[in-house]
Amino acid sequence: MVHQYKLNGYNIVLDTCSGSVHTVDEVAYDIISMYKSASEEEIAEAILKKYAHMPDVTREEILLCLGDIKALEESGKLYSEDEYEDLARSYKNNSNVIKALCLHVAHTCNLNCSYCFASQGKYQGDRAVMSFEVGKQAFDFLIANSGARRNLEVDFFGGEPLMNWDVVKQLVAYARSIEKEHNKNFRFTLTTNGLLIDDEVIDFLNKEMSNVVLSLDGRKEVHDLFRKDYAGNGSYDRIIPKFKRLVESRGGKNYYMRGTFTHNNVDFTEDIFHMADLGFTELSMEPVVCAPDDPCALTDEDLPKLCEQYEILAKEMIKRKKEGRPFTFYHYMIDLKNGPCIYKRITGCGSGTEYMAVTPWGELFPCHQFVGDPKYSLGNIWDGVKNKECQDEFRSCNAYAREECRDCWAKLYCSGGCAANAYHATGSIGGIYKYGCDLFKKRIECAIMMQVAEAEEQ
Amino acid sequence: MNRIKTIETKDLNKTVKNGCGECQTC
Repeated sequence: MVHQYKLNGYNIVLDTCSGSVHTVDEVAYDIISMYKSASEEEIAEAILKKYAHMPDVTREEILLCLGDIKALEESGKLYSEDEYEDLARSYKNNSNVIKALCLHVAHTCNLNCSYCFASQGKYQGDRAVMSFEVGKQAFDFLIANSGARRNLEVDFFGGEPLMNWDVVKQLVAYARSIEKEHNKNFRFTLTTNGLLIDDEVIDFLNKEMSNVVLSLDGRKEVHDLFRKDYAGNGSYDRIIPKFKRLVESRGGKNYYMRGTFTHNNVDFTEDIFHMADLGFTELSMEPVVCAPDDPCALTDEDLPKLCEQYEILAKEMIKRKKEGRPFTFYHYMIDLKNGPCIYKRITGCGSGTEYMAVTPWGELFPCHQFVGDPKYSLGNIWDGVKNKECQDEFRSCNAYAREECRDCWAKLYCSGGCAANAYHATGSIGGIYKYGCDLFKKRIECAIMMQVAEAEEQ
Repeated sequence: MNRIKTIETKDLNKTVKNGCGECQTC
């Protein structure tokens, strides 16, 4: 399967199943587009006619180009066959270990963000914090169910995890005390709104957290529109100095500024550039997750504007890199040379199977976005997964799960997409969230274009 | 005239053989 597109002056050809990327001139671009549907003679005639004004486009040149395309095809770098479907089927049956938990240490928050997918941290329930005993059992559960896997991940999440800070520290200490005897390596991350960051928090985060995710929506007026405290005051002015101190103390590495864009800031690149101008260089900006009738929900009219924004972002990132002031964007962090293997690209995030969320009372859900929805309760950390039917539904979520994705060039980049997004948009984790697909495809096109631009520079 | 330039990428087909699951987990 081949995908062709033009972006930022580049003609790009992707070969989906081998992962190959080619950059071609206009003539080759047109020949490739006809290669499977026309004879060599028909292609030559059409190209000679279209490029009659270009003396270097001769019949001999066209035949040479056709020869190059055929050689790429024979070497498996163009029109490669899709032979992964059986792999997807066998791999999902073999995947029975857990390697990551999202620990909901606090179902409470000191902010009252109206767009919060977790209903201000309460997840449609009562306020609660996780006890050390529950957290300890969660770690024991993870180790017991992780099989031979050595690298295990735990994300301290909320609500606002810093509102249960002592338990976070106790749990990290507990995990460190048992990881060697079980031959495990814990990688911790924490997501915070920043309000409770102080020097003691910074020291601990820098010592123990492989990554910290810092919630910032960009420009002050954008951030403060939603991210207010219970008195109705915006949080921007309070968190910026704290975030700057934390990031500086981490050497400007191993963090992510994580923003949310809504219908109110369709020009979200301005917010990304604002964060970069503040000195933050590891950036991420995600579309809002909310009901379609919510005033902040993205609309069909927003979609072309958002796609244009992703292109603007990619071009600006190339420009700033040349100027010596680069920043990264999570969705453009694609690695063509050393990226993941085919198994990872088929199965994606592993929600519900390899990755689960744990509530303050020890209940298991497929991921943080399903917490609070009783039909997606998988079980608990004492008895394990009891709702096998639900887990099997998630086990089946992969790049080959949906008939509609069969001919999609992006399926081995999105791995079948986000189950939660599909559920919220269609009512089924097996549904197709087309809006999300369109945004994803645009992001991947931009990310690959940036790789091509970099290769052309060298 | 070289009209096609191939960017160096990992060959996915080769990774069928070499699924350890130690990679990081949205």
